[in-house]
Amino acid sequence: MSGNSSMRTALGRVKGHGASGEGTGHFIASRVTAIALAILGPWFIISAALTMRDAGYGSALEFVAQPLNSVGLILLLVIGLYHMSLGMQEIVVDYIHKPFGKFVLLLLNALGPLAIGAAAIFAVLRVNFGA
Amino acid sequence: MASANSADNRPLSPHLSVWRWHATMASSIFHRATGVALYAGAIGLAFWLMAVAAGPDVYTPLGVLLSEWYGQAALYILVGCLAYHLANGVRHLVFDTGAGLKPADADMTAWFAILFAFVAPVGLWALLSFGK
Repeated sequence: MSGNSSMRTALGRVKGHGASGEGTGHFIASRVTAIALAILGPWFIISAALTMRDAGYGSALEFVAQPLNSVGLILLLVIGLYHMSLGMQEIVVDYIHKPFGKFVLLLLNALGPLAIGAAAIFAVLRVNFGA
Repeated sequence: MASANSADNRPLSPHLSVWRWHATMASSIFHRATGVALYAGAIGLAFWLMAVAAGPDVYTPLGVLLSEWYGQAALYILVGCLAYHLANGVRHLVFDTGAGLKPADADMTAWFAILFAFVAPVGLWALLSFGK
């Protein structure tokens, strides 16, 4: 970053950069994950509801252990957690203005879904491959 | 309310308190609200999977909780949130192409997304109750 000693005016430096000069990646990632989730979301709701007609452990196990469902669940988790992290990041930068609070929330929003995703994927694998 | 730091108290746009609610405005804030609800729902799904992996001792009380009326109500509300976020998300994907932005069109599709939030859970309930 060039400092204030630059010969260019402030206007010259920011012109054509929009708010920050980046953000297209965020926009595209949010849309691409949305398209994947438009398929994965309804699939999960309908197949989970149809498989688990009762609250028993047996039907939950049957649903998660089915190979296609396991793969679908892992995809849903990875893509869903990424998509929601992108969305929440947008909400935090829009509504939280105190620098420290914003920093803490953005950090939690970046790391929390990763930790939860790792644990949930491990859970799906453990159901399939045993303890 | 003029004071020394009145600059800090100036009203912020959009002036929510003086705006008449309309469908496109509601559809925008509902998109964020349902997104936040689904954030919690996804965390719930992750913990549900961990409970399945932990075995019947851990899972059974959770299964009972989810089958009670309040558990079922929470799940159906989440289905409604997903349905809304999905329908409005598709609406935004169409907006991204530059289509559907005329006020009459945007209003109509906003109402459709809101309607879908109610139709989808009822449809799922009907499928589970009368299907097969």
